[in-house]
Amino acid sequence: MQKQLQHHVTIKGTKDGLTLLLDDTCSFGQLVEELENKLSADHGQLFNGPLITVRVKTGNRYLTDEQCDTIRKIIGQKKNLLVDQFESNVITKAEAEEMKKDATVVTVSKVIRSGQVLSVQGDLLLIGDVNPGGMIKATGNIFVLGALNGMAHGGCTGNRQAVIAASLMKPSQLRIAELINRAPDHYDEAGHEMECAYIPDDDERIVIERLSIVHKIRPNLNRL
Amino acid sequence: MGEAIVITSGKGGVGKTTTSANIGTSLALSGKKVCLVDTDIGLRNLDVLMGLENRIIYDLVDVVEGRCKLHQALIKDKRFECLYLLPAAQTKDKSSVQPEQMKQIIQELKQDYDYIIIDCPAGIEQGFKNAVAGADKSIVVTNPETASVRDADRIIGLLEQEDVEPPKLIVNRVRSNLMKSGDSLDVDEIVSILAIELIGVVVDDENVIKAANKGEPIALNPNSKASIAYRNIARRILGESVPLTPIEEEKGFFSKIKMLLGMK
Repeated sequence: MQKQLQHHVTIKGTKDGLTLLLDDTCSFGQLVEELENKLSADHGQLFNGPLITVRVKTGNRYLTDEQCDTIRKIIGQKKNLLVDQFESNVITKAEAEEMKKDATVVTVSKVIRSGQVLSVQGDLLLIGDVNPGGMIKATGNIFVLGALNGMAHGGCTGNRQAVIAASLMKPSQLRIAELINRAPDHYDEAGHEMECAYIPDDDERIVIERLSIVHKIRPNLNRL
Repeated sequence: MGEAIVITSGKGGVGKTTTSANIGTSLALSGKKVCLVDTDIGLRNLDVLMGLENRIIYDLVDVVEGRCKLHQALIKDKRFECLYLLPAAQTKDKSSVQPEQMKQIIQELKQDYDYIIIDCPAGIEQGFKNAVAGADKSIVVTNPETASVRDADRIIGLLEQEDVEPPKLIVNRVRSNLMKSGDSLDVDEIVSILAIELIGVVVDDENVIKAANKGEPIALNPNSKASIAYRNIARRILGESVPLTPIEEEKGFFSKIKMLLGMK
């Protein structure tokens, strides 16, 4: 029973709940086995008390979705334990590439005309107009150097932090994440220059403000 | 080798056929060999506007289906030796012709003519695809109204995907009084939305309707403002630089005198 003494699974208590440290040098089979042993051993009060959230740290081990589910199931056998999140130092190449795409600014120079849809991953910098009936979509922020007369959908995969900014903001409809904002039926002549749309933190609707305030509401836009 | 120009608009009733007839006529007036091609199969009109309806024996679909040679289907104009029309079929529909076949016909016509003017049907389906297939250049016709500009925008987007040069714009049926009072879209506004080069502005002129009903293109009548506009468009197609004439209402005799006397 030399192996068991190496302790591939370490349980730590923190003020937020439990942290499960899983060793990243042994095999997954060993981990599962040891985890089951640890949890089935009688720990008295610990596994019978009130609900405790568990954070699983896997170090340099990459867990597939199925492996995560296995561990979640084992921990779930104890009624009062709930897996909060998995933390790992590594991600797959595909995930890394996705993250990189989401973080890049895609520059497009053209007029988006009626019936056309421009959809990008990441932030969109459009140099040109969006005409009525045209649509632009981005998983991140949208910046239009030109007149936004059509439709724009920022954070289209659900990012509520996304902003939509335009030199001339006269959209027919604005969407950020799952929220939709329709244009007023009549635009008055003055204004609408250099504006940006966003969802305030404590709100359920899209707000349009002067572009100059964007650094206050979304300071993380700065990549300097 | 000639040049094929497609006249299109997206929306119906903005004056594609009238424009085709008049540009064709104006080009013929300057001595070019011109062939008009009507691709609006099932709803042909170009022959009526040109007053050539009673001379149709074979049509576009007959050519495509091999019932006649291309030159047999061409109708010579009453007034010009150098102007011909290839009429569309009236009893078939748009699906009886494929873009590839259209391309072939236009290619053949380009050998013999300086300009081939293709009249495109309304819409963005098969008829549009056929009309655009063989074209080298395109002209988009719009009226100064929102719906028409919206459709023109859509069409320009579709033309960008095709193998044609960037389209030129004609704003048709302009009413200067409405434009001045701001009740209709301004020409500058339309150009800024569509972001393409303006090649002509044609005023709304009842003489156009009169001429169309007579089967005489307005471009033949040198006294009408619309006619001058169409002739100027033809000259711009030929490569001349003709300044755009301001769209002012013609002033009456009395107002001219008043202006001279400084009363206005």
